[in-house]
Amino acid sequence: MSQIRIPTPLRKFTGGMDEVPGSGNTLRAVLENLESQHAGIRKQICDSNGELRRFVNVFINEEDARYLAGLDSEIKEGDVISIIPAIAGGTKNRPGE
Amino acid sequence: MLRMGEIHLAEVSAHVTSRYPDEACGLLIGNASGARREVRRVVAAKNLNRERSRDRYEMDPSDFRRADADAARAGTEVVGIYHSHPDHPCLPSAFDQERAWEGYSYLILSVSARGLDEFRSWILRDGTFRDEGVEIPAHNKQYEVKGR
Repeated sequence: MSQIRIPTPLRKFTGGMDEVPGSGNTLRAVLENLESQHAGIRKQICDSNGELRRFVNVFINEEDARYLAGLDSEIKEGDVISIIPAIAGGTKNRPGE
Repeated sequence: MLRMGEIHLAEVSAHVTSRYPDEACGLLIGNASGARREVRRVVAAKNLNRERSRDRYEMDPSDFRRADADAARAGTEVVGIYHSHPDHPCLPSAFDQERAWEGYSYLILSVSARGLDEFRSWILRDGTFRDEGVEIPAHNKQYEVKGR
């Protein structure tokens, strides 16, 4: 069993819970199981091709899954999977410009 | 409504003014109750956008992950994001809005060579940023405020 950290914007899918148990030996399997427990959350994390969305980062413990094996990354007992929203912005292109 | 102590504003101000004229960003850690978010700690983060650091920020996700883990251990959570607008008003840009997430306060600080000019906090609701107001309890004797 792993732990999944849920960011604030996705807690509406987990009944407000900031952490839920994960089940599966790969990140892909864990996300599929997460979807079975909390319908609708997977498409917030993965695109229509099933790949991780550009504006979402997933960490396995302290490592970015993209630098591991992506969705095929191995998940071990006790791993912490953190779903991290990509935070960006900037000064230019104000409305009306 | 975003509620924060003068010490938190001073910390944020010191961070963003030290990075001027580049954009700087960080996290607001605290507790949320309904539409009210109370800041208990601020955490500076790295801006990974090197090419356009004068008008763009891209927060290092490792900094977010670490802050989120630390916050959870302390019984708190990430309640907001702060970033600076060097030589621009503290109004959200179209790009800010496009890349924002619901559920967080977005504190934007206008900075110039003079230092911190003004700040406002915004929340995204139905795809549009709204000014949520910032409450800073006055005369907070608990802290020694510097750099404001």
